[in-house]
Amino acid sequence: MLKEHLVTVWKTLQRSKIGYLLVLVVIGLTMLYPLLWMIGTAVKTNDPAELLLEGPGAGIFPSDKNIFSNLFPPVWHWENFLEVFRTSTFARYYLNSALVAVAVTLGQLVTSALAAFAFSRLKFRGSETLFFLYLATLMVPVSVTLIPLFIMMSKFGVVDSYFVLMIPPMFGAYGTFLLRQFFKGIPDELDEAACIDGCNAFGRFIHVILPLSGPALATLGIFTFLGNWQSFLYPLVMVSSDRLKTIPLGLLDFVDLNSANWPLLMAASVWSILPVVVIFLFGQRFFVSGVRLGGVKG
Amino acid sequence: MRTKPFTPWAFLLPSFLGFFAFTFFPILMSLALAFCSWDLFRAPRWVGLDNFYHLIGFTTRGNPGLPPLLGFFLGVGILCGALGVGFRLRGWIRVGGLLGLTVLAVVALNQYVEPVNGRFWYFVGNTLYLLMGLPISMACSLGLAVLLNQTIPGRNLFRLAVFLPSIVGGVGIYLLWKWIFNTDYGLINNVISLVHPSGGPAWLESTAWAKSALIIMNVWATAGGANMVLYLAALQNVDPTLHEAASIDGASKWRQFLAITWPMVSPTTAFVLTMGIIGGFQGGFDAAYVMTRGGPAGATTTLSYFIYENGFRYFYMGRAAAASWILFLMVLSITFVNWKWMAKKINY
Repeated sequence: MLKEHLVTVWKTLQRSKIGYLLVLVVIGLTMLYPLLWMIGTAVKTNDPAELLLEGPGAGIFPSDKNIFSNLFPPVWHWENFLEVFRTSTFARYYLNSALVAVAVTLGQLVTSALAAFAFSRLKFRGSETLFFLYLATLMVPVSVTLIPLFIMMSKFGVVDSYFVLMIPPMFGAYGTFLLRQFFKGIPDELDEAACIDGCNAFGRFIHVILPLSGPALATLGIFTFLGNWQSFLYPLVMVSSDRLKTIPLGLLDFVDLNSANWPLLMAASVWSILPVVVIFLFGQRFFVSGVRLGGVKG
Repeated sequence: MRTKPFTPWAFLLPSFLGFFAFTFFPILMSLALAFCSWDLFRAPRWVGLDNFYHLIGFTTRGNPGLPPLLGFFLGVGILCGALGVGFRLRGWIRVGGLLGLTVLAVVALNQYVEPVNGRFWYFVGNTLYLLMGLPISMACSLGLAVLLNQTIPGRNLFRLAVFLPSIVGGVGIYLLWKWIFNTDYGLINNVISLVHPSGGPAWLESTAWAKSALIIMNVWATAGGANMVLYLAALQNVDPTLHEAASIDGASKWRQFLAITWPMVSPTTAFVLTMGIIGGFQGGFDAAYVMTRGGPAGATTTLSYFIYENGFRYFYMGRAAAASWILFLMVLSITFVNWKWMAKKINY
């Protein structure tokens, strides 16, 4: 009787796919738990006196080893997020990162779109060879070009400047490749017909191709922006003065300043990924289309 | 459409100038640099193949049993034999046989020759070790994709939740994981001490566990990301009538997965694996720099970290350039083998 009952319950569960739902809830929580832990730590306090006042499970030094009751403290110390800006030049790092990422993104979009238009719509001698060369360099590891680039920049005396942070990353074969793929998908007849009465190549580009490639441009823009926001090795090599540091470098300095103060470190880290999460939430569909367009690394 | 001959070049100019100055020319310069010795202060000196010799060269061991040179040729002979036999085998035995026989040949060779720079090979080993996270992460991606391919309420919400870790990245996230792997107060050792009172390992401070810690972090960061999206797209292209037919014939869910789903997504697997290997060979710098500084005792030093240290800490520009070309050649040859092998493995 009981067994029969259990079997019916099991069958119903299977049909309602509640099993899948449960598994997914567990997996989803596990994936998000580190990020929740980050926020939880960021609003805790590192002061032992405070710790005692708030009772067990309040601090980062848990007295009961329960990871669930220790996730968030009873009192949330939001001031940690302000403390980050008070104790270091974090605002400056933020500004630098934003400036550099915006400049690089705009530059990348303009140069890539122009080149992609030439590669996809205009016939000229050597176009195949040149495009192959572009593609071939995609295979070359960053470390191959980084060393000579550093030497070049230091010989020209532009190392440790906004120029070196902004200009070289503007040019990438990847953006050209991605946009060319997209432009190729726009039917030729469309822009030929639209511009049949004596419209030049630039007119085709501006009036037909660009308005049709909003999603591709948005995708490339978002990926370039995020890639640059999180870029670490390049600024680490090229920049050393404090006023030019971007957030990843600033965070490292912050670690040296507050080595054992994990709540403050986590608050700074939350600040560093906040724009990324916001962009992700608003531009979700472009992430998926980006992956499908060109298999973006991620 | 007719265009003036210079029009394409007007479009190309900005991109081409940047490409030439910041990509193409540096690649050529790096190639030249690989044969020089240069510390940026004195004039560069041409040293031929010296850099390569000091990275991947071998010297003979003074082994009394056999003359070193003869031993070397013996080892090379075994290696060639291994490759010859290996390529005659079929399927998975072929992969296993090739690997096994190659290891045997390397062990034999090791009796007679020794690497000039043992550390470099250790770092190559580290890079390969970290690559073991790739199949784990791919299996997780496929599993997640299968789960998310079901029609269940709140599917998009779950997709968002598992995708988020792959989007947030950079130094902030490495700091978070450094905190999570903290020996005394970290989240992971907290969990472990719930079931195992004596606590967990020292993770990032231990030579034995540091690489595993990085692998765990990488799996978390990549499992729900682009690879999952690609698998999901592949799964959505699988004809549902195949599964219907199979279930009418009485195939279990697992059997259906093995006989239908896995072969149908094999092109995606090939693509993801190739891209993952290419990325994995070049990767590992950011995490190693932020979390462990390549340590403890070089246990998390990958090739990219080695190149950075040589170039920008010790200013061995030539050595670093040579190492970066070795890395490039490794990536190239692996891509080539992958491409050849995958072309045959893809099922339809």
